[in-house]
Amino acid sequence: MTSQADITAEITAIEADYQRSGVEETQPRRDYPPYRSSILRHPTKDLHHADPETIELWAPCFGHRDVDPLEADLTIQHSGEPIGERMVVTGRVVDGEGRPVRHQLVEIWQANAGGRYIHKRDQHPAPLDPNFTGIGRCLTDADGGYRFQTIKPGPYPWKNHHNAWRPAHIHFSLFGTEFTQRMVTQMYFPGDPLFALDPIYQTVTDAKARERLVATYDHDVTSHEWATGYRWDIVLTGSHRTYMEPQPASTDRDDA
Amino acid sequence: MTLTPTPGQTVGPFFHYALPYDGDRDLVPPSTPGAIALHGTVYDGAGAPIPDALIEIWQAAPDGTVLQQPGSLRRDGWTFTGFGRASTRRDGTYAFSTLVPGPTEDGAAAFFAVTVFARGLTNRLFTRAYVPGDEAALAADRLLASVEEDRRSTLLAVADAYGLRFDIRLQGEDETVFLRFPGH
Repeated sequence: MTSQADITAEITAIEADYQRSGVEETQPRRDYPPYRSSILRHPTKDLHHADPETIELWAPCFGHRDVDPLEADLTIQHSGEPIGERMVVTGRVVDGEGRPVRHQLVEIWQANAGGRYIHKRDQHPAPLDPNFTGIGRCLTDADGGYRFQTIKPGPYPWKNHHNAWRPAHIHFSLFGTEFTQRMVTQMYFPGDPLFALDPIYQTVTDAKARERLVATYDHDVTSHEWATGYRWDIVLTGSHRTYMEPQPASTDRDDA
Repeated sequence: MTLTPTPGQTVGPFFHYALPYDGDRDLVPPSTPGAIALHGTVYDGAGAPIPDALIEIWQAAPDGTVLQQPGSLRRDGWTFTGFGRASTRRDGTYAFSTLVPGPTEDGAAAFFAVTVFARGLTNRLFTRAYVPGDEAALAADRLLASVEEDRRSTLLAVADAYGLRFDIRLQGEDETVFLRFPGH
């Protein structure tokens, strides 16, 4: 089985090549062999240029019919308190022009404090927490803001190579104002010693871009004798829709 | 002001208890008059089916209307929202129950906007599944015209007994044409 040293050497070589290239990358590479599962799952042909048209210039609409406000609190989904460090993660979702993405769906999922997912495929022998499922949803507010209360997830081992560990992270699923902005990503915590070793975090070859995946500890979000606080703002890829276009029919939003 | 976008990351292996939800793949109940299956198999570069992919579609209504209706997460059985989500099964297949989208403009080719996520896929992929049948509209479509002829068929759904079949190949000889939108 491949060692961490082998994986780290591959990561280091790719980053050195990237730095020599002088061309800035801001998104992960899909072809990133240190993340072994990517080898057969990345396109080998260039992505084809497309100008977004009609349906692609709009995003699905979600409203209060879809999301209960209580779903933003991952600590109250069972009869007892989950184990671990209670924390709040909050931030804004904006487009490439800095405009807030309003009243749009944010979904998160994560491991528990012990680094275990409730997913049946997770066989890591860390304890499940009967009081923690690890999924949350909310709608952004009029300023693009979101806020979840949860438990800080633990790091966990995986099978990419021998002694492989993922840095603690929360998965985020995001929609924008147009379908072309759809994305799924992961939020990490500052100063994680596993960053340099992790071939998923390192799929983003640019150090500055990687830092955009890392939340900031914010003592103003931390609350007295209750929860620590982290802030993480999310920028979606640029928006093309101009405000000159006609509104679509039947905008029976229940979250206006 | 132009901000640099946040990078994407893989959906990973553990999304199944979080992203799927009851009714996610049924844009309409399968018994609805006019309902079709939009279905297919997602393959990797070795031709093996991918059992841990997630497909999303976003489409116009049959009359070509772009909808802005909430309710995709809590289907009420009669509101058509145009959005659906389907995780692939153990054999790599996925299926939506939906209605055939209409052209959003006269003479335009109708298509489903499709997003692909999977373990091992480090960032989402976009493609289109065009509705077959209207040869004139398909021939006039700008995107299809810009794709090499031998790859064009990867963007075309195929009519079958259940509705429309759209296989997705992440890699290889007949790799699906995936899209890059300017600024994205």
